[in-house]
Amino acid sequence: MTLTSDNKQTNTENQITATIDGIQVQVPKGTLIIRAAERMGTFVPRFCDHPSLAPVAACRMCLVEIEGMPKPQPSCAIPLTEGMVVKTQMTSEVAEKAQAGVMEFLLINHPLDCPVCDKGGECPLQNQAMTAGRAESRFDIEKRTFPKPIELSTEILLDRERCVECARCTRFSEEIAGDPFIELLERGAKQQVGIATDEPFNSYFSGNTVQICPVGALTSSSYRFRSRPFDLVSVPTTCEHCASGCSLRTDYRRETVMRRLAWEDPAVNEDWNCDKGRFAFSYLKTNRLTQPKVRTKDGNQVDALWPDAIDFAAKGLKDAKGKVGVLLGGRLTLEDAYAYSKFARLALETNDIDFRNRVNSAEEQDFLGSVVAGSAGTVTYADLEKAQNVLLVNFEPEEESPIVFLRLRKAAEKGQINIIAIAPYLSRGLEKINAEVVATKPGDEAKVLRGLEIAQDSIILVGERAAATEGTLSAVIEVAEKTNSKLSWIPRRAGERGAVEVGALPNLLPGARPVTESSARSEVGAIWGVNGSDIPSKPGRNHAEIIQAAINGELKALVIAGLDVLDAPDPQALGLAINSVDFVITLGIQENSLTRYANVSLPVAPVTEKSGTFINWEGRPRPFGRAITSTNALTDARVLAMIAESLGLDFGLQTIEELRQELSSFGSWNGNKLVKPTVTAKDSAKTSVGNAILSTWNLLLDDGALQKGEEHLAGTQRPVVAHMSEKTATDNKLENEEKVIISNSRGSITIKLEIIEMVNDVVWIPSNNHDSKVKSKLGAKEGDVVTIKKGSF
Amino acid sequence: MAELPQMMRAFGTTFLSMFRKVTTEQYPEEKVPTQARFHGRHQLNRHPDGLEKCVGCELCAWACPADAIYVEGASNDEGDRFSPGERYGRVYQINYLRCIGCGLCIEACPTRALTMTNEYELADNSRTKLIYEKDDLLAPILPGMAQPPHSMIDDYVAQDYYDGKVKGASAEQFAEAEIYKQKGQGA
Repeated sequence: MTLTSDNKQTNTENQITATIDGIQVQVPKGTLIIRAAERMGTFVPRFCDHPSLAPVAACRMCLVEIEGMPKPQPSCAIPLTEGMVVKTQMTSEVAEKAQAGVMEFLLINHPLDCPVCDKGGECPLQNQAMTAGRAESRFDIEKRTFPKPIELSTEILLDRERCVECARCTRFSEEIAGDPFIELLERGAKQQVGIATDEPFNSYFSGNTVQICPVGALTSSSYRFRSRPFDLVSVPTTCEHCASGCSLRTDYRRETVMRRLAWEDPAVNEDWNCDKGRFAFSYLKTNRLTQPKVRTKDGNQVDALWPDAIDFAAKGLKDAKGKVGVLLGGRLTLEDAYAYSKFARLALETNDIDFRNRVNSAEEQDFLGSVVAGSAGTVTYADLEKAQNVLLVNFEPEEESPIVFLRLRKAAEKGQINIIAIAPYLSRGLEKINAEVVATKPGDEAKVLRGLEIAQDSIILVGERAAATEGTLSAVIEVAEKTNSKLSWIPRRAGERGAVEVGALPNLLPGARPVTESSARSEVGAIWGVNGSDIPSKPGRNHAEIIQAAINGELKALVIAGLDVLDAPDPQALGLAINSVDFVITLGIQENSLTRYANVSLPVAPVTEKSGTFINWEGRPRPFGRAITSTNALTDARVLAMIAESLGLDFGLQTIEELRQELSSFGSWNGNKLVKPTVTAKDSAKTSVGNAILSTWNLLLDDGALQKGEEHLAGTQRPVVAHMSEKTATDNKLENEEKVIISNSRGSITIKLEIIEMVNDVVWIPSNNHDSKVKSKLGAKEGDVVTIKKGSF
Repeated sequence: MAELPQMMRAFGTTFLSMFRKVTTEQYPEEKVPTQARFHGRHQLNRHPDGLEKCVGCELCAWACPADAIYVEGASNDEGDRFSPGERYGRVYQINYLRCIGCGLCIEACPTRALTMTNEYELADNSRTKLIYEKDDLLAPILPGMAQPPHSMIDDYVAQDYYDGKVKGASAEQFAEAEIYKQKGQGA
């Protein structure tokens, strides 16, 4: 008693005492009966109850007897009160009979088609029918039937016969995702989940409804009839798609991933994840590279043995020593990115390494080195939930980090948060978090930021697109310091935050150490077993400079890993750079246009076939283990260690344990950090009739490399339209719903126009959906001027 | 000499057995029928119109104590279906190196798709040959059945098949099966 008395005494006024099944329990005020029973080990059957959704008492399965109440009551909706005496089905015949009766009612119209139902084997209805139902049905007349299944979207299927009207899906869509596409229609026996005929269930979070459906009413097209729970081996993993860092459960059968589910993690993704993380994993099996390939003297690529390919790669790098650039894709694990960082410095003796295969700038790398590196935990999900003021700069939470969006929405639903977004228009995602938009032309962000009244102690979230316009990041730092606000950078890709920490940048060594500091170099050198002077001290070339140097012939070889050419800020320039150098090594999981160009193409393991860590935007490590163990795929780190060995350097075996050990020995850096950037912002570009400033960002579901081969998911993409204000459209004689041609000297995009309320002289288009491929077709970035004119059908 | 009477008795037994009916079976020259409910090779049955009864539910695999059965389900296409209803068994394998003939699988089968025949000659000279595929296990097409894939009988739903209303393939089903066959040969 004395051991816990401290805790109890402070909370006594918030504690109540009640009796459940004759056992006295003490719980915090407001605890629901069903939760209290759960904590003492009594499971009251339930369908509609879900800890993350508000109580509704829709299914009536959890009836219990409460002393003093005339009829059994739903335990999922009634909080315990002082002195309450509750009897569950364990001690009360009334409760047991009530539950059996409800179960009988629920099963009257249930088709009992468990053998063909995807939920069979993991179905709460199936399980609870065994514990609380009767063995034989007394209902022998015809059941109510519905045509089945109907498509709510290309991904989500609804079978209304199986539904028990618990409303978990509709409540999730409304309460959590804010996408109330589905609703309960009709009443009585005809009650059913329904959807408007012309608006499919294209919510980014629709997959969660499949996971929380307590029967098989909602199933997904991609997992339809593919396996049974007893076939599957479940392993906890981390999502590789964005920097939110969701915990996932990966279920695989015979070395093939069958499905992925959200794994509960209260600190990060709670009970949810997004559809991209849930459904986009076909790439693991599409166009996989399995064999090293080497380009022979006659120009053909041929399969090679690992030792030969490694020696060939090493020879090519030796010939180009000091003139090698390393381009990474931002999707690597922490350990692999670290291996590249080390490999570049020791084996290639260069600082020419950059992970930012997207819009980037020199200002950004100073920002990353001075503000982001080593700043783990500055802002967390919990901080967002209880924040008062949040400022979003060039960041669309729903599109670019969906779990951040869910947290902001949770806070917005509670009503105490005040979100301001610097964006060209109020997007659907921003609307759902009740954000107030300061309509801003791309290029004017810095000016707007400085002129904005920002509350003290705010949270500022800045997206990776801030690098597109000069001076924005400098202004963000200035404003954050002035208002004593916490600043956090949220990139899109899972590997970017980790790559900053391990110094996969031209001006940074692992652990936020600047390359220019000699003490930083000697600290790192000590861990690497070399002298500090062996590490190049001159800041290297960044992404754009590496590409330019390659084109100019200053670089002779490129090492390219985990990168898709089409993601590059200017795919054409990257292609030219690859063509210009003598020697290209690619490390990747898939065959693509890049690997076909390579002199050596080395296959590496995807996330399911290796252990690793992603660092999410908070700076929180999200380690994961190897799911599929029977393949012989190697990690990037292992391949680099082999090349290093062939070059005469000893990196050791570079197992995951060794790498983690080595990484942990860096500790924090106490010396001078990089100097924070102070770049003067320019004004946004001038436009006239026939021109507009381009605004663009990647939608969550687009034609990205990791979403290939997933047609059902692709069907739930947002409509591909251009946005413009009424005035901009009228000035340019454009009409709503008509086609508009957006072009520059490079190329053009024809797209349907949707006029909305937004800042004038700006046209917004999605970055990478269908025909709207900004990078490959225009080679343009946010803030550039493009020509707009009327298109024809 | 005290053993003599005992010896005589033993020789007597031998002598008498020469007149009893011989129990030795002349297998494989002579094959004796098994008991009617002998647990032999499995069979995947068909509905009277030729559609497969198997819905790919994997309950047989779940019930199997020897992990001898592997099933993968798939979605039926309207018009080109293999079974009534939404789902059919796309892959069906029984590994007779593992099967112990216990029959729990046929008890688990919810559609009576899986039954056991009396065929007991399950020996071969390689391991792979003893993994029987769906084609090896499917019941033959009898007269009155049309080779799937084809559609269900017009106006019928899956439940009608389970209620025993189907008596044989319809003219449309035969026509569809014929078209499918020709398509297959053309390709």
